[in-house]
Amino acid sequence: MTRTPAPPGASPTTPSAPAGAIGPVAQTRPMRPRPLRPAPRRPRRRRMRPATIVVGILLSLATLVFIYPFVWLISASFKPRSEVFDNKLIPDSFTIDNYLQVWQEAPLGLWLLNTLIVTVLATLAVTVSSAMVAWGFAYFRFRGREILFGVVLATMMLPGAVTMIPVFLIWNGLGTTGTLTPLWAGNLFGSAFYIFLLRQFFLGIPRDLFEAARIDGAGNWAIFQRIAVPLCKPAIVVTILFEAQAAWTDLMRPLIYLRDSSTFTIPRGLKALVDQYGFGGEWHWEIIVTASVITTIPMIILFFLGQRQFVEGVATTGMKG
Amino acid sequence: MSAPVNPAALLAGRPAKKPGSPAAVQPPATPARRRARRRNFYSALLFLSPWIVGFLIFTLWPILYSAYLSLTDYDVINAPTFTGLDNYVELVQDPKIALALSNTIFYTVLQVPLHIAVALALALLLNRIGQASGFFRTVFFLPNMTPPVAVGVLFLLVFNGQNGFVNLVLGWFGLAGPSWTTDPAWVKPGLILMSLWQVGASVVILLAALQSVPRDLYESARLDGAGFWRQTRSVTIPLISPALFFLVIINTIAGFNNFTEAYTAFFGSGNSTYSNDAALFYVIYLFQQGFEFLHMGYASAMAWLLFLIVLVVTAVQMIVSRRLVFYEGGTP
Repeated sequence: MTRTPAPPGASPTTPSAPAGAIGPVAQTRPMRPRPLRPAPRRPRRRRMRPATIVVGILLSLATLVFIYPFVWLISASFKPRSEVFDNKLIPDSFTIDNYLQVWQEAPLGLWLLNTLIVTVLATLAVTVSSAMVAWGFAYFRFRGREILFGVVLATMMLPGAVTMIPVFLIWNGLGTTGTLTPLWAGNLFGSAFYIFLLRQFFLGIPRDLFEAARIDGAGNWAIFQRIAVPLCKPAIVVTILFEAQAAWTDLMRPLIYLRDSSTFTIPRGLKALVDQYGFGGEWHWEIIVTASVITTIPMIILFFLGQRQFVEGVATTGMKG
Repeated sequence: MSAPVNPAALLAGRPAKKPGSPAAVQPPATPARRRARRRNFYSALLFLSPWIVGFLIFTLWPILYSAYLSLTDYDVINAPTFTGLDNYVELVQDPKIALALSNTIFYTVLQVPLHIAVALALALLLNRIGQASGFFRTVFFLPNMTPPVAVGVLFLLVFNGQNGFVNLVLGWFGLAGPSWTTDPAWVKPGLILMSLWQVGASVVILLAALQSVPRDLYESARLDGAGFWRQTRSVTIPLISPALFFLVIINTIAGFNNFTEAYTAFFGSGNSTYSNDAALFYVIYLFQQGFEFLHMGYASAMAWLLFLIVLVVTAVQMIVSRRLVFYEGGTP
C-alpha cells in the first residue's frame, strides 16, 4: 500500500486556472497528481515490485479485453465479405471496398450531416440554456429558490418513459415529426443534470467578483456572460462533451420521430442497415461492420479532444453522493 | 443659524430619532428596497425562464397527460376514449408484461453487482500503480464512447455462436460456448457480459473516490496489523461507500431503462426472424406498444408501472443504504 502520497486537495487542474474556477467539487477530488515527487518513491520500489508486476499483468489483460472489440471491428471492416468472421487480426486480403460500398448502399454522408446538425444544435441549446438557469439558481436570492431547485433535481428521477408519449404528441401536433427538430429543440429549455453540474461550479466562484463588476456598472447579463461563464469554463466544456456524446449516440428519439431514410441520424441509419443486411435479410455483415466503425469514430475523436474533461466530468458526477 | 449643532442630526442627515425604534428606521428604505428585491426577482425569473417554460410544457403537462392517457385507449388518430382502469387490469394479465418484467429484473439483478464488482476490481488495481493509471483509465473509458447501437452490433458479432470471438477463446480452454445470440437461456447472460465492457465510467468514479481516502488511515490500519484484504474491507470499502451507493442507484435505474443494445440486436423492422423474447426488456415492450402498435394509452400505463417500480426500488435502496453507507462527518 505504499503509494506516492497525494497531497490533500491536490487538483489536476492547471495552476494557471483562475481562482474559484475549479469549483468546490473539483477541490475535494484529489486525482492523480501530475508532478513527480521523487522522495517517497524509493521505499515503493523496494517493497512493491512483485505485487506491482502482478497488478501490471492483470491490467494488461484487462486492456486486451477492452481494446479487442475495437481492433476486431476495424480489422473486419477491411476484410472481404467471406472473411469477416475469420477472427484474424490482420486481414488475409486487405480491401477498402467495404467503405466504398457502404457509401453506395446507404446515404451515409446525409446521415452524418444530419447527426452533425442535431449534435451541434442540441449541444449549443442545452449548454446556453442550462448555464443561464444554473446561474439564475446560483446568483440570485429569492423566496422559493430552494424549493424550485428541488423540483429541478426531482425531474432527474422521472423516467423518460413517462413523458415520452405526451412529448411525442406535442412535436407531432406541431407538425415536426419526420424532421430533426424534436431531436434537439427540447434542449432549448435546459437539462436538470447540467443545471445541477453548472450551478455547483457557479457557487464556487467568490461573490466579490460579481459585486465588483456590479459596482463598475455591469448588468446581470454582462456579469453572467463576461465573468461567470468564462470562470466556469471547465464545467461548460464537460456539458458540451457529455451532450455531444448523448446527441450523437441517441437511438430512441430518432426511432420515434424519423421515418424517411434521408432524415436518419447515423445511429438510426446503422440500425436500418442491421435490419436490412443483418439476420433479417441479406447476409452482408461487412457493411454493418463498416458502418459501425464510421458511427463510432467521431466519438473516439471527441474523447481524445476532451479526454481530461471527460474523465474529470465523470469523476465529478460520482462525487455528489 | 447660530444654534448649537445637533451632532446626531448631522450624522444621520435626517431628524434625530430615538434609537431602537425600527418603525422609525425602516420606512424610508422600504419602498426602494422592495423595488430592488422585485427587480432582482424578475431578473432571476428571466434567467430561469428557459427551465420554467420547459418544465411546464415538457415535464409537468406530459406527466398529467400521461396519467390521463393511461386511463384511455388512444391510437393517435382517434380521440382518446376513457376506459377507466382497464389498461392497468390488462397490465396484470398480459403475459408479455410478466415476461418483460422478469427479463428486466433478471438483467438488473445480475448486471448491477457484476458491473460494480468489476469496476471496483479495476479501480483497486489502478489505484495501486500510481502514475501509469492515466493510460489504463483512457483505455477503460473508450468503450463508454461507443454508441449503444454499435455495442448492439458488436454483441451480435463477438458473441456469435459459431464464429464469435468469445466462443473462440472459450474453445482455447476446451469449453464449448453456447449460442449467445439465439439460445434464450444465454441471451441475457451474453448481454450482461457485453455491458461489462462499458464499465469504464464507473472505474473512473471509483478511482476518484479511492484517491480521496486519507492516506493516514491506511498507515494506522497497517500499524494495527491489517493486510491488504483487511484494509480494503475495513478502510477502503466504508470510505468509498457513497460512490458505490451512487453507482448502485444509477446502474439500477439504467438497468430498468435498458433499451438500445438489446433493441438493436433483436428487434425492429425486418428483424422478425431473429427477434428473441428472452431479450424483450420492459422499455422495449413499452416502445413497441406505444410506437409500433400505437397503443398509447396502454404504453402510458406501462410507463407509470415502471415509474412506480423504479421509485420503490430506489426507496428501498436508500433505506438499506442508511445502514451500509458511511458518510464522513455524518451528513448524508
